[in-house]
Amino acid sequence: MTQTNGAPRSFQEIILRLQNYWAAKGCAVMQPYDMEVGAGTFHPATTLRSLGSKAWAAAYVQPSRRPTDGRYGENPNRLQHYYQYQVLIKPSPPNLQELYLGSLEAIGVDMAMHDIRFVEDDWESPTLGAWGLGWEVWCDGMEVSQFTYFQQVGGHDCHPVSGELTYGLERLAMYVLGVDHVMDMPYNDPDALIPLSYGDVFKQTEEEYARWNFDVANTEVLLRHFEEAEAECAAILAQEHQDPKTGKRIIMAHPAYDQCIKASHIFNLLDARGVISVTERQAYIGRVRALAKQCADAFVQTEAGGHAPESAA
Amino acid sequence: MPDLLIELFSEEIPARMQARAAEDLKKRVTDGLVEAGLTYAGAAALSTPRRLTLAVDGLLAESPTICEERKGPKVGAPDKAIEGFLRGAGLTRDQLEERETPKGAVYFAMIEKPGRPAAEIIAEVLEDTIRNFPWPKSMRWGAGSLRWVRPLHSILCILSDEAGAAVVDLDIDGIKSGNTTRGHRFMAPDEITVTGFDDYAAKLKRAHVVLDARERGEAIWQEATNQAFANGLDVVEDKGLLAEVAGLIEWPVVLMGAIGEEFLALPPEVLQTSMREHQKFFSVKNPKTGRIERFITVANRETADNGATILAGNQKVLSARLADAKFFWENDLRTAKSEAGMGSWVENLGNVTFHNKLGTQAARIDRIAALAREIAPVMGADADLAEQAARVAKADLSSEMVYEFPELQGLMGRYYAEAAGLPSAVANACEQHYSPLGPGDDVPSEPVSVAVALADKLDTLTGFWAIDEKPTGSKDPFALRRAALGVIRLVLENDVRGSLWKLNLRGFSQHVVKDGSESDLLARFKEHLNELVSRDLPTADSEASEELEHALKTPADLLSFFHDRLKVFLRDQGIRHDVIDACIAMDGNDDLTLLVKRARALEDFLKTEDGTNLLQGFKRANNILSQAEEKDGVEYSYGADRKFAEDDSEKALFDALEAGGAAISPAIEGEDFAAAMRGMAALRAPIDAFFEAVQVNADSDIVRRNRLNLLSQIRQVCGQVADLTKVEG
Repeated sequence: MTQTNGAPRSFQEIILRLQNYWAAKGCAVMQPYDMEVGAGTFHPATTLRSLGSKAWAAAYVQPSRRPTDGRYGENPNRLQHYYQYQVLIKPSPPNLQELYLGSLEAIGVDMAMHDIRFVEDDWESPTLGAWGLGWEVWCDGMEVSQFTYFQQVGGHDCHPVSGELTYGLERLAMYVLGVDHVMDMPYNDPDALIPLSYGDVFKQTEEEYARWNFDVANTEVLLRHFEEAEAECAAILAQEHQDPKTGKRIIMAHPAYDQCIKASHIFNLLDARGVISVTERQAYIGRVRALAKQCADAFVQTEAGGHAPESAA
Repeated sequence: MPDLLIELFSEEIPARMQARAAEDLKKRVTDGLVEAGLTYAGAAALSTPRRLTLAVDGLLAESPTICEERKGPKVGAPDKAIEGFLRGAGLTRDQLEERETPKGAVYFAMIEKPGRPAAEIIAEVLEDTIRNFPWPKSMRWGAGSLRWVRPLHSILCILSDEAGAAVVDLDIDGIKSGNTTRGHRFMAPDEITVTGFDDYAAKLKRAHVVLDARERGEAIWQEATNQAFANGLDVVEDKGLLAEVAGLIEWPVVLMGAIGEEFLALPPEVLQTSMREHQKFFSVKNPKTGRIERFITVANRETADNGATILAGNQKVLSARLADAKFFWENDLRTAKSEAGMGSWVENLGNVTFHNKLGTQAARIDRIAALAREIAPVMGADADLAEQAARVAKADLSSEMVYEFPELQGLMGRYYAEAAGLPSAVANACEQHYSPLGPGDDVPSEPVSVAVALADKLDTLTGFWAIDEKPTGSKDPFALRRAALGVIRLVLENDVRGSLWKLNLRGFSQHVVKDGSESDLLARFKEHLNELVSRDLPTADSEASEELEHALKTPADLLSFFHDRLKVFLRDQGIRHDVIDACIAMDGNDDLTLLVKRARALEDFLKTEDGTNLLQGFKRANNILSQAEEKDGVEYSYGADRKFAEDDSEKALFDALEAGGAAISPAIEGEDFAAAMRGMAALRAPIDAFFEAVQVNADSDIVRRNRLNLLSQIRQVCGQVADLTKVEG
């Protein structure tokens, strides 16, 4: 493959190099999930595919939203909308650490000049009923990735275990490109005909969403949407496995999981609006987790989830 | 005698687990070897982020042969019995020995267990150790089911002697043992073959791995202090951080960098916390200015530019962190200095739940403020000042800095209270009212701080008692034992006098359940509060209503919890639990200062010869008296008359008790326990002499009764000091 040598020049070049690198290592390069999520982990290519016995290898960029982190585009490091690069390989290969370090080299981090460290960081997602052990990876004292061996997802033990890598793309790119404020980062090549900075692309949207997230989003509507998503998820999973129209066994784990994602994001929005009290918070997280668990239960009964295909009866 | 070398090579082990894991490896393996008969001369365990290493010297080459003699059935016993015995022993009949015993001829089996080679035993022991290793948290990886702290990659296991080294064969879920390892992840990643511990340690050092965590720590500290010293600066000592950092690297490279000028005005604690928690940096102080001006970071490798790139990167990360901290600090200061001041933060706490059943933080602050007012006069503090301090003491919980660094709570409160222009007693209380946090933590002594600290802890304790969330066994999620110990230390170290019982009742009376209505218990409390407060102690009182007695159960339980914690606390200071019990049994036991004064005096007294003998005399008197009272069905309480005294020693005891009573009562009244003990000491000789010369159960009933009444005086006089029946020995 064609490996661009030397230091990358833009945000998008870093993404492209990661895509090329992981493609070359055999991952299916997938596209972002078309729903609002808080992190790349929520993509069904990670959450659902880490369940069950089937092997899997995927890499993708996932736009992620954390409404409470909005700073109207003014904070050099904080955004309410940002990108994660996500790699999931099941079963985790024995050389996953080396593969990961290779990806840093691919984006221009010279291992001979930098100090890379694996620092204990156990990962837990209370909303997904998931946890794993691993590290945050430091490059010269900066956290550039999260490295996790999934132990449990949606309340199910992971067997085999997936290795998950999550790169915070803006932060990593700022480091590699030597930029101090995210909005100053070159988005495309600085020598392009029309050079665009990250700020050119996202400064205005950060302002718009920050205002909406914090002060305008209609909380009554959001609360209703939450209830509806929760009800819909349950309704989907309550359906007979056998589709009365086609006669096929079709368990709708993914459509149900979409509702779980929806509920999770609405919860984040409500949280940013400050209408969820500390005690209610736990209750909401518990409700989303319950959905995630039901979706996981459904997925492991599907073929992709490792269930033996049924002979057409 | 061969030496054993084991290395378990894995992905990065969390720093905090390494030292313990190395010790566990040593203990489990050596215990297993010894149990199988393999003794050894010495063993040492070492760790790095990627390896646990165990070296065992002078191991037996094989376990010794063991002969066991087993007694079987009698000669001529039924065949079935003999066959069963043979099966158990693994022998045939011609191998059995017949021996004459007093019960006739009996079969004996001599079973020889041959020794086993060391390698065989090591393989078993190591496999068992790996499969059952006590990691605080372990995981699976790949498609396997083996558990380790992080994926385990290789096992080095060799036995070596003069003849050379041999691999101890082992295969754990596909991980085969060998005689190779690897050096530093980046500086020397190639495979290394080793023949024994010395060879291993030397080759690893060449491969940029310092095996011994202590050596790494010492090297870091040495180099850090050298670099600081060369610049006229001091490294702020931090042993916890040093141990952690030594667990994050195999090849320490110490780098010192400057902190941006714009951050030097931040409080030093903020700089230190931010650097330590987020970056694992050491702080470097300028001894002339007292300011933290630089940082030390420890990299895991050497580079061609002598760490310049690494240092620049770290500096940049630190600047971003400190820019955040500065942003919080400036925002907070703006709030603190605004017209509303810290009041707006307190208001905010109305939205923060403290506990479901105990309401919001704001409600809690109201309660603490009321209690602090009440305690203030006892402390000689101004009640208004104490209330003011209680009202702002927790305000910083709403500040941005404390949201980011919860460990700075209290300290930031002090800074912000100072910025808001509040009195220094108030600012100090913000910082000190959490103290003491642990047994080694300093206890505040400023009256306002003590008042708020006591109020805070008493509110917590009465609250959780009121909703029945008491600590059980090892579970104490709300740190109530620590809170009770805090109260005890605050009271004792500041010589606080007064009734803890009454303060507890005040505390209880303030708790309302979440929906605003009072719980039954608390409603009853309030109704009876005046009556309760006027009563001294939770003793049974026939005049009190049954309902009142019931309402008293919870506070009485809390008081006995305080007494239990006090016993633990004093036991650590060498005061026996039975001595404390003897004092707790006395009136006024809710005045802890008084209680401890009494206990210390009694403890000292019982250590003297007079004390031990008096105790014996007292017990003897008490036993005789109790037995007589039980037998006669009466209480001998008074009426001993000198005129019926026959013996001189008896008369002398009359005199002594009279004098003792006259000395001890006012001493107790005046809380001069040393004098009270001296009064008791004076009783010792007369009591001893009395028992020496006199038979209590005399033939004459009048004399006997008189003597029993005399004994009861002993009980009564000594009983003013402490309940000596509770003292052992």
